[in-house]
Amino acid sequence: MLEVNHLSISFLQYEKGLKQQQLKVIKDLSVSVHSGEILAVVGSSGSGKSLLAHAILGILPTNATTEGTIYFDGVKLTPEKKEEFRGKEISFVPQSVNFLDPLMRVGTQVRNAARGASTSAQRKAFERLRLAKDVEQKFPFQLSGGMARRVLASTAMVSGAKLIIADEPTPGMDPTVIKEALKYFRELADSGCTVLMITHDIGAALEIADKIAVFYAGTTVESAMVNDFSGDGRLLRHPYSKALWRALPQNDFLPIPGSQPLPYANLPGCLFEPRCAFATTECRQDEPKPREIRNGIVRCIHAT
Amino acid sequence: MKNMIKFILKKTIRMVSLLIALCIISFLLISYSPIDPIQAYVGADMMRVGPEQRDKIAEYWGLDQSPLEQFVQWGSRVLQGDLGTSMIYRRPVADIISEKFLNSIILMSLAWLLSGIIGFIIGSIAAMKKDTWIDRTIKWYCYTLASTPTFWIGLLFLMIFAAWLDWFPIGLGVPAGVIAEDVTIGDRIKHLILPTLTLSMIGIANIALHTRQKLIDILSSDYVLFAKARGEKGFVLFWRHGLRNVALPAITLQFAAFSELFGGAVIAETVFSYPGLGQATVEAGLRGDVPLLLGIVIFSAIFVFIGNLVADLIYRLVDPRIREGKFL
Ligand SMILES: Nc1ncnc2c1ncn2[C@@H]1O[C@H](COP(=O)(O)OP(=O)(O)OP(=O)(O)O)[C@@H](O)[C@H]1O
Ligand code: SF4
Ligand SMILES: [Mg+2]
Repeated sequence: MLEVNHLSISFLQYEKGLKQQQLKVIKDLSVSVHSGEILAVVGSSGSGKSLLAHAILGILPTNATTEGTIYFDGVKLTPEKKEEFRGKEISFVPQSVNFLDPLMRVGTQVRNAARGASTSAQRKAFERLRLAKDVEQKFPFQLSGGMARRVLASTAMVSGAKLIIADEPTPGMDPTVIKEALKYFRELADSGCTVLMITHDIGAALEIADKIAVFYAGTTVESAMVNDFSGDGRLLRHPYSKALWRALPQNDFLPIPGSQPLPYANLPGCLFEPRCAFATTECRQDEPKPREIRNGIVRCIHAT
Repeated sequence: MKNMIKFILKKTIRMVSLLIALCIISFLLISYSPIDPIQAYVGADMMRVGPEQRDKIAEYWGLDQSPLEQFVQWGSRVLQGDLGTSMIYRRPVADIISEKFLNSIILMSLAWLLSGIIGFIIGSIAAMKKDTWIDRTIKWYCYTLASTPTFWIGLLFLMIFAAWLDWFPIGLGVPAGVIAEDVTIGDRIKHLILPTLTLSMIGIANIALHTRQKLIDILSSDYVLFAKARGEKGFVLFWRHGLRNVALPAITLQFAAFSELFGGAVIAETVFSYPGLGQATVEAGLRGDVPLLLGIVIFSAIFVFIGNLVADLIYRLVDPRIREGKFL
């Protein structure tokens, strides 16, 4: 099981001249997933989803400082442990095609992620994701976006890791391949792996995930069971999750007015307050603490 | 393939126009220089040369004509493949150049290889160990090298290794006073070492700093991040992703550095009185040997051009993004 407690990430940034400042982009973020489960992380662009993934793997840039603790299967993930676990216990599917070495054939890159019989593992993964056999001989620039994502997903398939972190694995793939990839993640979880899947596609998340964590402006505003995302969203606890749910095309397709605050904004109270339809003056005073309500966790003082 | 031909054609046209401009400028510079070619030609015997003899010499070498006439005459002969006759050596310029170049090419290619390999290795080490004392030492060393004049390094080497330690001969390409047949390969090598080291010093700093910066960029790239996420680290990481990506720009830079190599050779050969093309260039310039100087100018321009062309071609042939892509 994976447990992230009170994670904060700040970047040291240089302003004009030599003045430095710490820019806190993730604040007091907590999520947990049991083995055999899939946690889907959803949230708007810039809410800190990729940073969470990089923090678990210990591949944040050097100007980043983190606070909080991460445990995997009872082991505290220190920088040394992360380095030891990377590629062995923990496998990562990165968000963009730029994560492939431009000068190395993609088949080789996938094989380098595998242990043991790497060539056959790579071929099996490619076949499963419907990549033609000659794709292994190609360089990244010769692949379409969807093909490159399938190559990236293959690296997780061949790794044999117990924790899979996938950062937006599906965009650009066609629907049948998406189904296959998602099914594969589900199988991994069913065989005892822990899966953390970051996605924009709530529909896909609902299909395979057990739990969903909703991110907003660098923190978790709600952790809910998949079943809570249904009907008119009444079972959801946080106003942002509800709004996100209603914004889906298959629901009301109502956009949420306003935009996510920037890390510089330093709002004293609830981060969602400027856009929240239920906001009261209390919301502006203190940051809401996470509370457990109906088997889920929410950061909203008015949630029931 | 069609693209390749177009590319080479384009480069060649640029080269030819550059050559013409170079010749005109060199010619102008020489004809307005204060050196009297006749005096330089005759040397110390000038006192014994009367005005009639002087005119004869001038006429023989075509020095009595206007610079424009001289240039046109010289140019039309060059177009027929005749570079003329050297005034100081009194032999065809083409022969002198090929003879001197043979001496230089050994020196230059050794220095070129040495600086490329050493520079690449220490640059890579510095990048892999960024911000450690190793990196700081290498950086300090490179900045010091880069700001030290070549002739000074040459003199320092001469002083330490030739004068004090007496490990190597003080200069020349072969031992003085030994006839050509008796010169052994060992002698030649001994005479080569100090000039080669001096010449390679210039290139090392350049290639090392460049390699270091490029590799640092690569090591912070997304694909290295992903490789780390797959558990690669240390030398394996460098071997699989660093080397592959940094080698291409480094090799290209090294070929493009032919011009500096040539410039450095002039200085190194002068300091060590090594009988190469560089030394011949200085001689020709100081003694107003117009045909030889222009011949060397043409030759060295072509030499540098070939270096740059090879650099471009390597990129096109080796980089899969260009090789297997449709664009060029
Ligand atoms: N190296 C960095 N230096 C400073 N700020 C950064 C850095 N990397 C990310 N950030 C900031 O951290 C925040 C979260 O970024 P992150 O990449 O995690 O977003 P995301 O949720 O993955 O978005 P997307 O859905 O677009 O991938 C953003 O506001 C971003 O600007
Ligand atoms: S705390 Fe207040 S502002 Fe924030 S989400 Fe809840 S109701 Fe809205
Ligand atoms: Mg992201």
